[in-house]
Amino acid sequence: MNKIAEKYSGDIEKIIAKYPPEQKRSAVMSLLYIAQREDGYVTKHDINEIAEILEMTPTEVVALVGFYTLYHDKQDGKYRIQVCNDLPCALRGADEFLENLCENLGIQVGDTTEDGLVSVEGVMCLAACDKAPMFQVQTGDGLKYHEEMTVENTMELIESWKKEEKK
Amino acid sequence: MTELVLLRHREIPKINQLDVYKKNGGFEAFEKVVTSMKPDEVTEIVKTSGLRGRGGAGFPTGVKWSFMDNNNWPHYVVANADESEPGTFKDREIMESNPFQFLEGVAIASYAVGATEAYVYCRGEFWELTHVLDEKIAELEEAGLLGDNLFGTEYSLRIYTHLGAGAYICGEETALLESMEGKRGQPRLRPPFPPSYGLYGKPTVVNNVETLTNVPLIITKGGEWYKSLGTEDTAGVKVFSLSGRVKKPGNYELPFGTSFRELIFEHGGGIIDDRPVRAIMAAGASSALIVAEDKALDTPMDYASVRELKADLGSASIIVIDDTVSIDWVLKKTIHFFEHESCGKCTPCREGNYWMNHIIERIHGGDATHDDVELLDSVAKQIENKCLCALGEFSIQAVMTGIERFPQDFEIAVKN
Ligand SMILES: Cc1cc2nc3c(=O)[nH]c(=O)nc-3n(C[C@H](O)[C@H](O)[C@H](O)COP(=O)(O)O)c2cc1C
Ligand code: SF4
Ligand code: FES
Repeated sequence: MNKIAEKYSGDIEKIIAKYPPEQKRSAVMSLLYIAQREDGYVTKHDINEIAEILEMTPTEVVALVGFYTLYHDKQDGKYRIQVCNDLPCALRGADEFLENLCENLGIQVGDTTEDGLVSVEGVMCLAACDKAPMFQVQTGDGLKYHEEMTVENTMELIESWKKEEKK
Repeated sequence: MTELVLLRHREIPKINQLDVYKKNGGFEAFEKVVTSMKPDEVTEIVKTSGLRGRGGAGFPTGVKWSFMDNNNWPHYVVANADESEPGTFKDREIMESNPFQFLEGVAIASYAVGATEAYVYCRGEFWELTHVLDEKIAELEEAGLLGDNLFGTEYSLRIYTHLGAGAYICGEETALLESMEGKRGQPRLRPPFPPSYGLYGKPTVVNNVETLTNVPLIITKGGEWYKSLGTEDTAGVKVFSLSGRVKKPGNYELPFGTSFRELIFEHGGGIIDDRPVRAIMAAGASSALIVAEDKALDTPMDYASVRELKADLGSASIIVIDDTVSIDWVLKKTIHFFEHESCGKCTPCREGNYWMNHIIERIHGGDATHDDVELLDSVAKQIENKCLCALGEFSIQAVMTGIERFPQDFEIAVKN
């Protein structure tokens, strides 16, 4: 059963067309993002399928999932809050923000809330150092920046996701 | 006030819309080069301008273009939009707010080196931005400014975006090319350099986003005009990303040669709560720590002058540190970054950063003695000059200069 190849065939064709015909492999990074659309992480099945489409070995694809931080091989929160607490942001209160946010959610940094909705982790510079505290939210559908945040408006944002889920 | 060269959206509202960009002279430079100039003539103008790469290494851009191997085709241009150095956020603003000038720069560079295909390698975190760039590129194709037989000539050009997935090392140009080829982003042995062996083994120019965004105005106004900006050593203007303990962090476009003092105290509004400034990092986390005494503050920011402070200007990402934090804490942050981002290909970088991370945790945590500070310094020195790429060297700059120039902080850390 070819899950992504069927469901996203149009997208996949377009991506492969960006590169020379004999260099299909260049499409692998985009295809891994497509795989994450389904479950928020890359499954073993996805790996085999991508390898087949791009004429790579599954081992080669697995190595990429391990190397790049935006690919995940296991299910965490549906919304991954990635708070930048690298040096420039930390000079503007990012460590305190991260700690307070986790305390409010009743989790440790790096963990997921009990309902499986939200994970929170600290990450490296996101090229928004003048807008600390800031974080990005990664879901299967992509990434979104939230800049100059407070714990209060972050909690409101999380509430809005909860409502979205109940619909 | 003189007119801005790069952050023109601050003076021209909606310059991110194609009609507005065109009304302000947009794509006239590209049309001019394609319809009336030879590729080499374009490269000559860029050489005359004195433009040097803004990605950190400062290599003369026109010279790089002239290195392309004309016995091996096709040629590629790759714009480096990986922007991941802590403290650097200029390329993002340029691409978000003045995207067409950047894309016109990519187009002119492509014509100059005979590339008919160009890629923009965006860090994965620029997800939304990359999708906007895709739309802008589609608009250009619709308007006949990209595509086949441009302006009725034989020349054709397509630009594509390529999304990375979170790895600082992919900003290093050969790691970036590996990543584009669908491999892990690990640097290649150099030479050969990308202009002879680049993407898919073909001659490739890799240039930073800001570098390329300078090009359209250099073509329009001339190389001499650009050279007249900045200093004797470093021509032109720069977007300085100012971050850390200043009142007004942000991007500031200024001529090279502007002093640290002017940037931090005039443009940046001074230090939060008017506290004393203690240290400056001029090239993001990859920097030596500069002691912020008067002489340093009055130093003009160009490559040669900053080198006299035994530091590098690099990408000109200025991180300002005051007396609310200790230097051992600063090192904890920078080492943690490099330990996380080392690609693991060479042992001194991989293992060295792993050990430095352990030692600095101990020192900052108050569990260390003076011997540990010496050990940290010696591990750093064992990394020096033993690495395949510059990341290894970057990782020890703050460590070695921090211990040497701020010994009192380490004495306090180990005393407790
Ligand atoms: C570890 C490392 C990270 C780098 N990151 C970037 C980056 O994010 N953006 C960039 O333009 N150059 C980066 N560079 C520099 C590139 O290797 C290369 O010199 C540059 O893209 C060339 O373009 P330029 O001549 O226009 O500066 C990095 C270099 C190293 C060693
Ligand atoms: S110096 Fe570090 S980052 Fe560079 S190739 Fe070696 S291990 Fe990789
Ligand atoms: S340090 Fe947080 S975005 Fe740069």
